[in-house]
Amino acid sequence: MRLSKSWIIASKDFKVFMKKKNILYSIVVVPLIISLLLPIAIGYGGHKNGGSGIRPAELTVLLPAFTFFYLILAGFIPTTIASYTIVGEKVEKSLERLLATPTTDAEILLGKGIAAFLPPLACVLGGATVFMALMDLVTRGTLGYNFFPNWNAAIVLFVMVPFAAIAIVEWNVIVSARVSDVRVAQQVGVVVILPFAGIYVAGELDLINLGTTNNLLIIAGILLAVDLLLLFVAKATFRREEILTKWK
Amino acid sequence: MIETENLTRKFGDLTAVDDLTLRVDDGEVFGFLGPNGAGKTTTVRMLCCLISKTSGEASIAGFEVGKDADALKIRKLIGLVPDNVGLYDDLSAYDNLDFYGKLYDRSEAQRQESIQRFLTMLGLWEKKDVTVGTFSKGMKQKLGIACALVHDPQVLFMDEPTANLDPESAKTVRDFILELKKEKRTIFLNTHNLDEAQKICDKIAILNTKLMAIGTPEELERSASGRTTVVQLVQLTDAILSTIRKLPLGNLVVKGNTLTIDVKDPETENVAIVDAIYGAGGHVQTVTVVGSTLEDAYLKLVRRDDK
Repeated sequence: MRLSKSWIIASKDFKVFMKKKNILYSIVVVPLIISLLLPIAIGYGGHKNGGSGIRPAELTVLLPAFTFFYLILAGFIPTTIASYTIVGEKVEKSLERLLATPTTDAEILLGKGIAAFLPPLACVLGGATVFMALMDLVTRGTLGYNFFPNWNAAIVLFVMVPFAAIAIVEWNVIVSARVSDVRVAQQVGVVVILPFAGIYVAGELDLINLGTTNNLLIIAGILLAVDLLLLFVAKATFRREEILTKWK
Repeated sequence: MIETENLTRKFGDLTAVDDLTLRVDDGEVFGFLGPNGAGKTTTVRMLCCLISKTSGEASIAGFEVGKDADALKIRKLIGLVPDNVGLYDDLSAYDNLDFYGKLYDRSEAQRQESIQRFLTMLGLWEKKDVTVGTFSKGMKQKLGIACALVHDPQVLFMDEPTANLDPESAKTVRDFILELKKEKRTIFLNTHNLDEAQKICDKIAILNTKLMAIGTPEELERSASGRTTVVQLVQLTDAILSTIRKLPLGNLVVKGNTLTIDVKDPETENVAIVDAIYGAGGHVQTVTVVGSTLEDAYLKLVRRDDK
């Protein structure tokens, strides 16, 4: 496999994304808003308890759970791009021409994967950096130290978030084979974030402790297994023969 | 350059292409005619290594279609203009071409040279930085052809390149194909347009799942029903009629002093007819050869197959 070919395909998609305002807004604006809103909410919480603010014990439960919110974003944002990169090509009827070039199925799939993976990942991590900086600013007084960065946040952002984004991209490849409308692809594609949302809610309800490294590594391991399984199915789905004869 | 032998493709119980054997020579413009669903696009997709064959053999420039090791080599030396123009509407004409040039490993200098050359030939150079989404259908089709040529392929597959174009755009595309023909490129042209095929193709095949006929446009015209000779006599007599009927000719229709005779080879048979008439004491006013058209041949072959 030649990475240069995949990069050419991804670079073309990056150029297309730059011209599509709805894609730009969804990958830049959403993480930014979340990253600003969460620290504001915690700062506003300072008015609780008669002005003494949220208690340190509550903050140490809330903040890891908030970090987990970026996992949901990592599941949500790539859907916008992933559904466009493949279903969009189907809609524009440019897939056949692309498939006729001297590239392998794997090179095209990887190119599409890079295009759908890198921009959302950069935006999610950028948003998380803003979130952590602002959150430290508003909680330092209560906690007496900077909560971020920490190892658990690093596991969530640099291990789980990429794994989640990869799973979403692979899922969207599979979905793309069955639908011929970008919006439908996005609606079906976003279903994958439900388990992540479930884990987040479970963390908030204290059913799972998202503040322990062991639990995070277990969830990361499950995500990796899901990635490998979906990769297998996505590779079987993304074959020239299948695309031209069986895809809707 | 392109050869197939008993090439067959089935989709479940449906046979899309059945036992296709043909040969396209280097530098030839090959017209592939047939009704909708005849298997033309399936054949092109098999030859471009986009879908597999069920059985049979095919090769392009000596590389074997269906052999994994040869697939990339074949795709590198061919260009495809699919039936759907398939461009990136959000990118400029230049960026569309540059993208495909990169995928074919063309250097930046080669890409710049090719892009300028083909956009200029197609009258689009001034629009090189314009977003393709704003282009007319004809302009998009021309750009689609340029995309297929940006890597300077030896073989060009074109699937209905003038379908849905206005007459002026269609003519521009046809003229461009003729320019490419001068450059000795091998062109495999899927088309419904019989007039187009007749004007630009060196050889034509008519497909209706099976290969119905193959030959030059002239050969196909003749194969339809041969030709018809119309002889206008000064006076038609029983002796002349009797003499003509003894000749090994096709169907004869008599109307007044006019004989309408189906002939296979007018150049030799007309001489025999005129000689026979003079021999029987007759005088010929005019002899006219009426040829069947490619359309006659096409319709006859396709309808016969439908029955």
